[in-house]
Amino acid sequence: MQIYLPIAEVSVDAFMLVALGGVVGLMSGLFGVGGGFLITPLLFFIGIPPAIAVATGANQVVASSFSGVLAHLKRKTVDVRMGVVLLIGGIAGSALGVGVFVLLRRWGQVELVVQLSYVVFLGFIGLTMLRESLGALRASRAAAPPRRRLHAHSWVHRLPWKMKFRASGLYISVIPPLLVGLAVGVLAAIMGVGGGFIMVPAMIYLLGMPTKVVIGTSLFQIAAVSAFTTLMHAVSSNTVDIMLAVLLIVGGVIGAQVGTQWGAKLRAEQLRVLLALLVLAVCGKLAFDLVARPDDLYSLARGQG
Amino acid sequence: MTGPDAPARGPWRGAARLALVAALAGAAPAMAQDGASPAAGAQAADTPVPPGPTRTTIPAPRPPAEEVVAGLSQDDVAITTSFDGSQILIYGAVKRQTPIPAGPGLGVIVTVEGPSQPVTVRRKERRAGIWINAEQLEIGAAPDFYVVATSAPLDTLLTPESDTQYRISPALAVRSFAGPVEIEDATAFTEALLRLRTEQGRYRVDEGTVRVVEETLFRADVTLPSNLIEGTYKARILLVRGGRVVDVHRAPIEVRKVGLELWLYRLSLEQPFWYGLMSLAIAMVAGWAASTAFRALRRT
Repeated sequence: MQIYLPIAEVSVDAFMLVALGGVVGLMSGLFGVGGGFLITPLLFFIGIPPAIAVATGANQVVASSFSGVLAHLKRKTVDVRMGVVLLIGGIAGSALGVGVFVLLRRWGQVELVVQLSYVVFLGFIGLTMLRESLGALRASRAAAPPRRRLHAHSWVHRLPWKMKFRASGLYISVIPPLLVGLAVGVLAAIMGVGGGFIMVPAMIYLLGMPTKVVIGTSLFQIAAVSAFTTLMHAVSSNTVDIMLAVLLIVGGVIGAQVGTQWGAKLRAEQLRVLLALLVLAVCGKLAFDLVARPDDLYSLARGQG
Repeated sequence: MTGPDAPARGPWRGAARLALVAALAGAAPAMAQDGASPAAGAQAADTPVPPGPTRTTIPAPRPPAEEVVAGLSQDDVAITTSFDGSQILIYGAVKRQTPIPAGPGLGVIVTVEGPSQPVTVRRKERRAGIWINAEQLEIGAAPDFYVVATSAPLDTLLTPESDTQYRISPALAVRSFAGPVEIEDATAFTEALLRLRTEQGRYRVDEGTVRVVEETLFRADVTLPSNLIEGTYKARILLVRGGRVVDVHRAPIEVRKVGLELWLYRLSLEQPFWYGLMSLAIAMVAGWAASTAFRALRRT
């Protein structure tokens, strides 16, 4: 069934979009990520203009992460205080990112920067995850894992403006969470992603938060930052296509719930290896596109450049 | 999705029969096409692009030997949510006071042109191993959609001069540049625009698709693609004889978003903040509904 998207001004197959949302939702339920990093490149691929893909991707992330936050709030696995600090950084970062995005659009370099960011971040995250999860698989096969301390003390703990985060059992400076939030906000705006794949490792390794509150808190911050990003994109460049978003969301929320159920039955380490391989595959494809000679050197964009 | 063209068939038959009768009777009843009285080629300086010198090379108005009387199956196209392209039937007859002239046969050319918009053409270049957009050319006004349908190959119907004067070939419909051109090979960019739009099916030359009966009646079916933009589309019907344009008839086609499409589009531009909030509300409700529904499912 073809459907005409009012903002993107293209006609696409509605069922395909629902299916696309469903597949990405499945991934996000299985692996506990927002799925924005998959949906945005896929939208490019089916011919949605990049600016609209990024802004609408952010809207889809709101739906999937909001659903997750509700579940975690019920289980009390959200460090709201930490979430708010991350959020302050995140909103500043998002505003900055949307500004950068508008500039890039004017220069005609949106695609390049978005693709480059994807290659760099996906490559880094994919490799880290792969190494770590393969290590965990091997360790679980060998012997009991070595006892880890609650968290390691590092330079992070020597910064000023300390604050108590009771739910995480931390007493640390607010500067690192603010910076992490800022970085994720910028990414959210430029790449149309929630940034969970950056946030989760940063919370565990950089801030030393206990794993049980990490997912809930990161979802809290992602939902809020992508909501803000969506609003900013809608106001500053009118690039949110609500029709596109609804179709993706319908597929996405169903897929996410199914994925969560499947995920409970599979082994965590194996899942992480799979996710790492998936991330690396997307990264490889994008990197190849940047380096390989394009089919057509010319491209068109409506409007003044 | 045959909805849009179903009503298109009706008027064709009725009007064609009427036109046939009119043509055979030799009479010239006013085929009341609002404001369509062919202006004797006086306004032949066909300038799709506003800036440009007005042409005065056309001879003084004298009733042409042959005039075109034409109608459209639709003069407005509504973009609904399920819009999947549209077909417009352009039909008509040749009105003449004298017998069919001897010599070269009659040709008919129909063009439909979408609204003009500025377009930026960018060229990628390899810098530091990766391909990035380097040079760009802004083209001040290029139609978003342009189709030419003819009754015979275009180069046999028209002399290059007439083609230039009336800007019929797609290449001639795209002509003006915005601002100073800082690039040496600007033609490579305009050629790229033509090539890409032709590949996308936005620019098309359909030779031999206009059917002409007895040098008097003609009909052309013009397909509009599904990815149309809004605006006033311009249809032109040109009568051609011996390489020269004998008469032109112009008619507008309004392409408008309607219903939900229109409402959302307007809202996103006029009330972007509320539009954004609405998008968020939908996302949140959907997220909440899905998790609630699945929790209920799991319990049962």
